[in-house]
Amino acid sequence: MDYHWNWAIFGELSPDGVNTYWQMLLSGLGWTLATSLAGWVMALALGALAGIARTLPQRPLRMAAGAYIELFRNVPLLVQMFLWFFVVPELLPRAAGDWLKALPQAPFVTAVICLGFFTSARVAVQVAAGIDALAGGQAQAALALGLTRPQAYRYVLLPLAVRIVLPPLASEFLNIIKNSSVALTIGLVELTASARAIQEFSFQVFEAYAAATVLYVAVNLAVTAGMNVLERRLALPGSLGAR
Amino acid sequence: MEFDFDVIRRSWADVLLTGMTFTLRLTVLAMAGGVVLGTLLALARLSGFRPLALLAAGYVNLIRAVPLVLVIFWFYFLVPYLAAWVIGADEPVRVGAFWSALITFTLFQAAYYCEIMRGGIGAISRGQVHAAQALGMRYWQCMGYVVLPQALRNMLPVLLTQTIVLFQDVSLVYVLSVPDFVGAAARVAQRDGRLVEMYSFVAVVYFVMCCALSALVRRLQRARR
Repeated sequence: MDYHWNWAIFGELSPDGVNTYWQMLLSGLGWTLATSLAGWVMALALGALAGIARTLPQRPLRMAAGAYIELFRNVPLLVQMFLWFFVVPELLPRAAGDWLKALPQAPFVTAVICLGFFTSARVAVQVAAGIDALAGGQAQAALALGLTRPQAYRYVLLPLAVRIVLPPLASEFLNIIKNSSVALTIGLVELTASARAIQEFSFQVFEAYAAATVLYVAVNLAVTAGMNVLERRLALPGSLGAR
Repeated sequence: MEFDFDVIRRSWADVLLTGMTFTLRLTVLAMAGGVVLGTLLALARLSGFRPLALLAAGYVNLIRAVPLVLVIFWFYFLVPYLAAWVIGADEPVRVGAFWSALITFTLFQAAYYCEIMRGGIGAISRGQVHAAQALGMRYWQCMGYVVLPQALRNMLPVLLTQTIVLFQDVSLVYVLSVPDFVGAAARVAQRDGRLVEMYSFVAVVYFVMCCALSALVRRLQRARR
């Protein structure tokens, strides 16, 4: 059984007649990074809000945040992708739905929204766990000093919690990069989809997927290295992580 | 728009029967295979024989660095070649969607179960191992009778939580046009032009099942404390 290896394939022109296969792969990487980063900003904002709500004394707020988390955690990402892409535009008022479907980058926008909500539920769990991990005295001391609850969160609890949850947040960030590949099901040509397209055009299965794998691993290593630096800088003085 | 419950009423039994059976069978078998393989990987990573430890660590880190969808594509194309190589055939072997998916999920999930089991083994106190050795047990006896049963028991809630993730992840075999739960529902959705109804139905079923499963895991966790 023989397979014709041809690593030179990446230098060849793809069927679009303009770009080489290598440029196709890089464009895919660009969409992967753009989708993950935009989704991450949304996930951090929503996740922080839900995570904070999860730790507040008001029971209705805690329950609402809990329901939010359960909702986005218990439906597979692929199904959520389909809901945002196929179902939501139909449920909106007709004009809004048509506008959404006609957007030139509809898969990108949908993927960002979907990944943003999906990941925010996970971020919320981490943030809530980080706040819960603080000694209860921190909140009481802040309130006793006369800080209002928002001030206590802003000046005392969150700065401490952020440093504690940095490692799990880093792995959530790696997850959102990987999860962005699910968007290929709604037509986003990100890195995995580019590799698949190269394989379909050129029949070089192993080269295409090997190149995509190397790029994912490289992004992973870069993010991990960056996070290690950040973690060391932000480590709480006196904790095990601090130098 | 009109929400047409009739398409769900007409097809739910069929979609649940063919699709969900496929999904559940794949989940359970991949979990069983993944836990066994993951435990072996964990032992390899903890082994004193460095090349083996490095090889296992490399595999786990590689699998965990790439998206599941990409891994599904890898194995879908790789497994026929591997099978041909193993049995010495001239042509890539036709493995079939179910087996291809099962091999993929077992190998993929093993990397995640490996890390859980590694944590579980690491948490067993050293005295247990010393005691087993003092009783004259060999390495495999010590692992099989003393360390692994305790590690497995301690890590059960985490392993089950990971299995819920696996149950959700199985939906991604959709990219291979396999008749899993999502695939079966998508087929009806496209045939009848009823995407909204069918995808909502899929979401509700997953939501209810996953909520029930996580509640079960939480109860298990509380009962053990």
